[in-house]
Amino acid sequence: MKAIETKRLTKYYGKSRGIIDVDLSVEKGDFFGFVGPNGAGKSTLIRTLLGLIRQTSGSAAVFGMDTLANRNEILSRVGYLPSEVTLYKGMKVKDILAYSANLRRLDCREEAHRLCELLELDTERKVDELSFGNRKKVGIVCAMQHRPDLYILDEPTSGLDPLMQRQFYAILEERNEQGATVFLSSHVLSEIERYCKHAAVIREGRILVCDSVENLGHTGVKRVTLRGCESKSAIHGVKDLKSDGDGVTFLYEGESSQLLQLLFGLSFSDFTVTDPDLEEVFLHYYKKEDA
Amino acid sequence: MTVFLHELRLGKRFLMIWSAAISFMLGVCILIYPEMSSQMTEISDMFADMGSFSSAFGMDEINFGEFMGYFSVECGNVLGLGGAIFSALIAASSLAGEEKSGSSEFLFTHPVSRHSIVLQKLLSVFAEIFILNLLAAAVSAVCMLIISADANAAQIALIFFAYFMMQLQIAAIAFCVSSFTASGGVGIGLGIAFGAYLLNILANLEDNLTLLKYLTPFGYTDGAYIHRHTALQTGYLLSGLAILSAAVLLSFYQYKKKDL
Repeated sequence: MKAIETKRLTKYYGKSRGIIDVDLSVEKGDFFGFVGPNGAGKSTLIRTLLGLIRQTSGSAAVFGMDTLANRNEILSRVGYLPSEVTLYKGMKVKDILAYSANLRRLDCREEAHRLCELLELDTERKVDELSFGNRKKVGIVCAMQHRPDLYILDEPTSGLDPLMQRQFYAILEERNEQGATVFLSSHVLSEIERYCKHAAVIREGRILVCDSVENLGHTGVKRVTLRGCESKSAIHGVKDLKSDGDGVTFLYEGESSQLLQLLFGLSFSDFTVTDPDLEEVFLHYYKKEDA
Repeated sequence: MTVFLHELRLGKRFLMIWSAAISFMLGVCILIYPEMSSQMTEISDMFADMGSFSSAFGMDEINFGEFMGYFSVECGNVLGLGGAIFSALIAASSLAGEEKSGSSEFLFTHPVSRHSIVLQKLLSVFAEIFILNLLAAAVSAVCMLIISADANAAQIALIFFAYFMMQLQIAAIAFCVSSFTASGGVGIGLGIAFGAYLLNILANLEDNLTLLKYLTPFGYTDGAYIHRHTALQTGYLLSGLAILSAAVLLSFYQYKKKDL
């Protein structure tokens, strides 16, 4: 049984696109990253998984249960962190945490206390006075205090300072090691590279690629940089060709021997050939002209 | 139960302010009656002689010289309009307010069914209306004792009951409308309260518009009728209950399928 499985999941808001034919499968115990430009459909997918919205066609299942028919069973095993945490005005942090626990009919005081200590969150403050980052922390505690089996996190670290981001991922990795599944969307590509086991890229409502983060990094594409090279116009059959200081840099996809032949015909003083970093791979998908 | 209690806690301050304001005004109206009653006979004739203005507000059939006549109209103005606005406001913002602010995303991602959330929210609105009316009735009772008013307990109970039902009906309609459109809860609420009040005035003015009384909950809160018959107009009340039920059912249906 998969933690998350969608089949040809499609959502239209009237005529405007949400997501189209999304086939996604996330194994139990995975640490899954989900990236894509703004408006690509990340939140639509997440909201469908949570049963907040109804898909136009296709199906979605969490732990083998249909997201519409078994909404409550699913939600009781899920911890959700929205990208923008909106809370009830006039309430104290501790009251929000207690309300969330009560809605789940659980006593989470011990875990809530532990998490608030780790995240340095003052539970006596009113939520109205909290900064964006501190509100985010309240959302994080609400998503984690009941120790769910699946974490669905929409841009979890936006608004958190770097130390807190690290702390947050430390807690998340601990939960993941204990068997929980993590499914998060993010714009911070280095985060995905560092923490996720698998990742998918969504663009204009469709999944472009879904693979292990390791495989995504090994695309067969090389980043080639030539120092002291001015004959930019002589370079053909490469991507992302641009001047870089006193040289040029480009992406090369194909046989290594042909790359050598290409280089043979050029004049330059020094060169490097590296695997592009994951960020570059993702940006490449973001910008792709025809998906 | 959790959502219900949470709603009551959130609405506590608003409820207290409105209860205090409405009770205070009701109380003042009752306490000044002895002062006014000496001049009432003339005022009564004057009020009754203002033609369609008098009939629009139901004053043509009322004898202001008696406490019950005075109370059934004053109570109507204060508790009727005040209570209707309060009910419409809290009902319209109960669900829509959360959608607008975004906290609905918090609430609806907890393992509580949508039906249960809608039911608990509706009941909390009804409970707040009940508390407001209870306080208003209690304050009125005390004030009547103070001036040892010549009050008819059965008629007063009927008047308060009619106004309570009217507020529930307004609340149910506002609740229903706001489940379709998340924005502008306050505007919708006020519009419904005033709209219903205006419908009743129209129905009072034009004989061939009497059918409107089946639509507006102000139809069965007619103080003059209650004062004369010590009874409610059952037809209007039943029609009001039907509208109330339909609005509630429609809200449940709408929320079951709604994208949040």
